[in-house]
Amino acid sequence: MSKTFTLDGKPIPFEDGQTVIQAALAAGSYIPHLCHHPEFKPHGSCKLCTVKADGRQTASCTLPAAEGMVVESETEELNAERRALTQMLFVEGNHFCPSCEKSGDCQLQATAYHLNMMSPHYDHFFPNRPLDASHPDYLLDFNRCILCSLCVRASRDVDGKSVFALAGRGIKTHLIINAKSGKLADTDFSASDRAANVCPVGVILPKRRGFAVPIGERTFDKHPIADYADTRLAQPEK
Amino acid sequence: MSAVTKKKLKVATTSLAGCFGCHMSLLDIDERLFELAELIEFDRSPLTDIKQVGDCDIGLIEGGLCNAENVQVLREFRAHCRILVAVGACAINGGLPAQRNPIPLSVILDEVYLAEAGLGHGGIPNDPELPLPLDKVRPIHEVVKVDYFLPGCPPSGDAIWQFLNDLLAGREPRLDYAQLHYD
Repeated sequence: MSKTFTLDGKPIPFEDGQTVIQAALAAGSYIPHLCHHPEFKPHGSCKLCTVKADGRQTASCTLPAAEGMVVESETEELNAERRALTQMLFVEGNHFCPSCEKSGDCQLQATAYHLNMMSPHYDHFFPNRPLDASHPDYLLDFNRCILCSLCVRASRDVDGKSVFALAGRGIKTHLIINAKSGKLADTDFSASDRAANVCPVGVILPKRRGFAVPIGERTFDKHPIADYADTRLAQPEK
Repeated sequence: MSAVTKKKLKVATTSLAGCFGCHMSLLDIDERLFELAELIEFDRSPLTDIKQVGDCDIGLIEGGLCNAENVQVLREFRAHCRILVAVGACAINGGLPAQRNPIPLSVILDEVYLAEAGLGHGGIPNDPELPLPLDKVRPIHEVVKVDYFLPGCPPSGDAIWQFLNDLLAGREPRLDYAQLHYD
């Protein structure tokens, strides 16, 4: 007999130790998220997965599922807050989708579509962080970074290399490269690393491979991000 | 009130720091332009010969703000248009022209008018006739209140048609998934 909680009225089965978002995604129910990834430990920075659990708002990526818990996610109130968070991420960086190689395959953009974001609303920061094109096969555009730390976690926990780290405080927090020079070329980063393929936005990009997929056939041209709740987890366990 | 006496809505359009691509996308509604012409009358627009914007129901703004004249035109549109719409990525977040923002303006002007090989090196233009560039390219909502945003680079003809139809019918504009894009 398995335990369940309800998500927007739908029963979601879970096993002890699972978080609310893990159980929800496993059951094919989408909760918006950017820093959560099924393969990695929770981070809790994007706050998009915030739900109302038994009447109280909390991040569903760090909330352990409990028997009989009543969780609300797809509500006007929560989606309005998620939209505001997404708008903050857009104005903090330089998200010029029309020239970004990740457009159509970007989780930040797809999440904004899901939330029906028509504009970034707030005043823009227009950050000016230099690109790192030192590596022969990869390019880094730090102005698109949303500080989800997936590359940090992947490089440290899966690749065992700790190529990436977050440094600085407040709005000055930024992604850095763990090399004396601060350059990607001076690390043992390689295309086969898990960290090379985990960035949800357009920061970590393979060189000479941009704009390869025709418009209409990119990931989120075909389906809204919510539709990927099942398919993403149907992939074999690594 | 009969259809014959129904007053046409006035629509003004302009391109600030735009590429005219959003206007081309408006023309991309093709033969539906005839249907549109039954519903609206264009005031100041690159498609008409009217020099000053008059009182309008809807103002469509393409492009961000890159110079002093853009700001002046935008303020005139805001003063005369009941509903002001930011059309396209540039009006919404500065767009690709805002990629100049990290570079100091003097460096850009020097590069283009002084350093670039093959030019006459006549110096940076300084005739008062020319509008001074702003230090940074700005989205229009940072200068005036904007009522609606229609994203895309450009928004598709279908998205513009859907949006205008909603607006002209007095409905809250709503794009479906295929029409909402930022690229």
